[in-house]
Amino acid sequence: MHGLEKSFKQLKVLRGVDIDVARGSIFALLGSNGAGKTTVVRILATLLRADGGTARVAGFDVATQAADVRQSISLTGQFAAVDEILTGRENLVLVARLRHLREPGAIADDLLRRFSLTEAGARRVRTYSGGMRRRLDIAMSLIGDPPVIFLDEPTTGLDPEARIEVWQAIRELARGGTTVLLTTQYLDEAEQLADRIAILHEGRIIVNGTLDELKQLLPPAEIEYVEKQPTLEDVFLTLVGAKTEKEQR
Amino acid sequence: MNKHFLGDTTVLLGRSLRHIARSPDTIITTAVMPIAFMLLFVYVFGGAIETGSDSYVNYLLPGILLITIASGISYTAFRLFLDMQGGIFERFQSMPIARSSVLWAHVLTSLVANLVSLVVVVLVALLMGFRTGTSVLGWLAVAAILVLFTLALTWIAIIPGLTAQSVDGASAFSYPLVFLPFVSSAFVPTASMPGPVRAFAEHQPVTAIVNAIRDLFAQEPVGSGIWTALAWCVGILVVAYLFANLTYRRKIS
Repeated sequence: MHGLEKSFKQLKVLRGVDIDVARGSIFALLGSNGAGKTTVVRILATLLRADGGTARVAGFDVATQAADVRQSISLTGQFAAVDEILTGRENLVLVARLRHLREPGAIADDLLRRFSLTEAGARRVRTYSGGMRRRLDIAMSLIGDPPVIFLDEPTTGLDPEARIEVWQAIRELARGGTTVLLTTQYLDEAEQLADRIAILHEGRIIVNGTLDELKQLLPPAEIEYVEKQPTLEDVFLTLVGAKTEKEQR
Repeated sequence: MNKHFLGDTTVLLGRSLRHIARSPDTIITTAVMPIAFMLLFVYVFGGAIETGSDSYVNYLLPGILLITIASGISYTAFRLFLDMQGGIFERFQSMPIARSSVLWAHVLTSLVANLVSLVVVVLVALLMGFRTGTSVLGWLAVAAILVLFTLALTWIAIIPGLTAQSVDGASAFSYPLVFLPFVSSAFVPTASMPGPVRAFAEHQPVTAIVNAIRDLFAQEPVGSGIWTALAWCVGILVVAYLFANLTYRRKIS
């Protein structure tokens, strides 16, 4: 992606964004609300045209080879893009058919299993919890094994347990060799997941590097001794009996 | 045309039809209002209306069928609006599918749903004493006019479905369409109306279409009237189709 620009009317949202994402890595785009993260993703997913600059996804230009780009990507938007009236399984079959794959039923069953939705598969999505919806949403994005996946704020609005579920799903993806571009406003999320992190601020990338490189931008940490208090998240997860991150590893 | 157009449209049509099958209330509510009008006019006002035909329900049915379609298509705008609101529309747009399939699936769904509603209304009319001696060919001609009219209005409905900001906005456009038949020959002969109203009524599409269907049901020669009716349907269809596609292209690029 090079020199990407986009304005809405008078508002310049992107003023020259440059990012390179390595194949098979997780790249996090950080930024506050309204920084332009979603705009970047929408341009890369061929939903929006850039005013200036070029972007290539999986080797295809988003402006001139949009159909090839769509063949290689999957988008999970900010709001779970699932059909509420259909069942979980029907949602998966629908996407598999639209990707012109053989045996859509078998693909659906396999994904339901991988995302622990087998029991819920026959229920309408309307009855799903936020976390289940998100998991189904991500499962739908995996159909056809697209080499590049965009996740736009995948955990916004989820409770801590659901967030951990989603994180695991994302790690699973990268292990399988998928390139993941993730946007988030949660710093810990980028820290947990990403190989590289870029910060988008006022339409420009102000830093771009690995977590360690980013940390070196600040003076070396002074060593302080702090009493280790459990965080509220630890308390919450212990009380509700969920598996914490560490136990699951 | 995209090689996947037919396949993708079929898959998406299956999805929308499943929506309707799971909430058949949309078909019932579509049929309820026209049936209520029909009961009201046949059993309350009908006795006082001089139409020159022996059975008022026979006179009334064509207009009621058009009202059914006009109220049915508001659900098309509604369903399209909901797809736009949720992320599912963007998901479809970012997938390697024929992009026009998304609209065609909604249009064909509208056609199926409206035909079911029309059948329900005709059955109620038969119970209320509607009779026609028209041939199979006559029925086919009526069906063809209704299909064209449904397609024309559905493509109109696509526009607010794509552009509306709220659910109310998405369906409000259909109110004028529902009331257009009142200022036509659908309920009373236009000859009873005062000058300017009569001039409007006699030259608006509903009158031409209602008269053509009425003549087909009554086995009377349709004359040049049927061509006027067809010209209206096709004309509206073409203009609405072009505008809807223009709106769609603006929306997705």
